[in-house]
Amino acid sequence: MFAGNALASLLAPPRFYRFSGVVLPWLSVLCAALFALGLYSGLVLAPPDYQQGDSYRIMFVHVPAAWLSMFAYLILAGAGFMALVWRIKLAEAVAAGVAPIGASFTLLALVTGALWGKPMWGAWWVWDARLTAELILLFLYLGYIGLQSAIADTRQAARAGAVLALVGVVNIPIIHYSVIWWSTLHQGPTVSKLDAPSIHASMLAPLLLMSAAFLLVFVIALLLRTRAELLARERRSAWVQALLEGAP
Amino acid sequence: MNAKRRRRVVAVAIVVLGVGIATALALRAFQENLLFFFSPSEVLAGKAPSGREFRLGGLVERGSVVREADGLTVRFRVTDLGQTLNVHYRGILPDLFREGQGVVTRGRLNDAGAFVASEVLAKHDENYMPPEVAGSLKTAQSNTPRPAP
Repeated sequence: MFAGNALASLLAPPRFYRFSGVVLPWLSVLCAALFALGLYSGLVLAPPDYQQGDSYRIMFVHVPAAWLSMFAYLILAGAGFMALVWRIKLAEAVAAGVAPIGASFTLLALVTGALWGKPMWGAWWVWDARLTAELILLFLYLGYIGLQSAIADTRQAARAGAVLALVGVVNIPIIHYSVIWWSTLHQGPTVSKLDAPSIHASMLAPLLLMSAAFLLVFVIALLLRTRAELLARERRSAWVQALLEGAP
Repeated sequence: MNAKRRRRVVAVAIVVLGVGIATALALRAFQENLLFFFSPSEVLAGKAPSGREFRLGGLVERGSVVREADGLTVRFRVTDLGQTLNVHYRGILPDLFREGQGVVTRGRLNDAGAFVASEVLAKHDENYMPPEVAGSLKTAQSNTPRPAP
């Protein structure tokens, strides 16, 4: 393997466990600060929308959750790929750890979207391409979680899950481009347009702050879950035993 | 990368590519069913299904909204800036329903060629701005949507 031992030692479970233990408190402080800034600017400083009034503010939760539901899936597929090709234990733990987090963000995006959709569109749910593709994403996560718990051997489960995750990756571009390819009820992209984003700066700033805060929630949850997965998977190894003896 | 790992990478690449192509072909085949709505031009050209419900989408033409005396029945015209279609609807309209804004209605054509809607959904655009900005945009160009009261 390229760069051989250096990379292998960075990806070694004990090393990752120690490193993540050091960064977690700092990430938590940063995350709390970003939430305070994002919520204050989003709920107090940002002006109401010219069409939707105050109802649009749900996007400060909805949009980051939807972005992260897709980002988490890319992490799942990427970790699955590494687990499948290089049989890296850390990648297997990351994949097992990220799936429930991704499912939670997907559910959050669907629920906040429905809450907004009822007063604004006039319907909780419509079968348009964007909403349907996001629902399929939720089912992909649930299928992955189900497959993981159905196979007793964790290393076999990781490989089987990785195949499912990689097959499902085709859904991610469909979610993103659905509003461009088909006439959907869901509006087109706002922030990722190539020319200037069609959102006023006073609303874009809180959206980006909240997205950063949500991203940190995602990273913190992923680190915590991956650490727990590693401890469970490596419970008979020397480094976990040493940790247990060191604990009071 | 040794031969075994290279084989795995190739296998994964083939699977992902295969699924991608299969999905693309399936989506192309279902293109028509994935369209959430038809525009008035498409309906008048006979592209919409007759005899069953379908969705009609477009902008609510300015000055076309008429409310009947019973307070529930609404008549308006939906336009795609080319063709227009008369729409009848009895029910509660969503918050974002206003003249000049996008709308998606479900229903069927009656014998008189008007669209009888059983559901009206407001389609909103991807623009977010404070009312003052919308106001100054409105003075700059006269065809921007009316700001919320």
